Amino acid sequence: MDSVGNLIIYAIAAIAIIAFSILAVTTKKILRSATYLLFTLLATAVIYFQMDYEFLGAVQIAVYAGGIVVLFVFAIMLTHKPGKDAEPLSSHKKWLGVGAAFAGAAVCAGALFSYGKFCCAKLLPGSGFDIKEIGSALLDTDKFGYLLPFEAISILLLACIIGGVVIARRR
Amino acid sequence: MYLIPSLIMFGCGVFGFITRKNMIAILISLELMLNSVDINFVVFNRFLYPDQLNGMFFALFAIAIAAAETAVAIAIIINVYRVAKKVDISEITKLKF
Repeated sequence: MDSVGNLIIYAIAAIAIIAFSILAVTTKKILRSATYLLFTLLATAVIYFQMDYEFLGAVQIAVYAGGIVVLFVFAIMLTHKPGKDAEPLSSHKKWLGVGAAFAGAAVCAGALFSYGKFCCAKLLPGSGFDIKEIGSALLDTDKFGYLLPFEAISILLLACIIGGVVIARRR
Repeated sequence: MYLIPSLIMFGCGVFGFITRKNMIAILISLELMLNSVDINFVVFNRFLYPDQLNGMFFALFAIAIAAAETAVAIAIIINVYRVAKKVDISEITKLKF
């Protein structure tokens, strides 16, 4: 986090995250919203890569940008007529949303800036993790092993596959 | 400094979740919120315990659960659309068709 190149990459990723996430919730066309969500997820992957979590960045691109956004695009194509805008919001609901979002963000920002060391701290020089270490931690049963959540996730995914087939099946 | 984009992303997710009427748009806002929480896990892991991997695994499992949740939610939305021919939550008021 010390070199100028890193700082420029961070600035680009942060500005992309902020701009595209605001656009994703304010744009009228739903397909554009999904596209802006894709850009937000890619900028998040850039931040993961920059923090030396290469595996997590790859998973982010493969699962989120490759899987979930394609799923969103398919669902939008199946349920929407092209070129139709969303209805304009009623103003009281809009102000309710703005108020709730700003109140929550203000509380979090107050907590964040009261711990001044977190919002502008430099990253410690991390020891780069290789993929071998991640794999052995995933299938380990020690204190820092993750075998039980791994198996629980696999059962959850199996239940999700069966549930998706059962729900979406034509009766 | 990594927490500020994540905070703004979460605020956008809350705003979209409250104001949007389309079910898929609500799901997109939900994805924004989940993604900002993933960033927070990784950043706090990096700040506090840079030689361990706990936050990274938490984010990894959260990504897997978000994928499963999105798949089931989109199956439900397509099924609702097939029955009711609309995806607007102000018009879908009967849970039992």
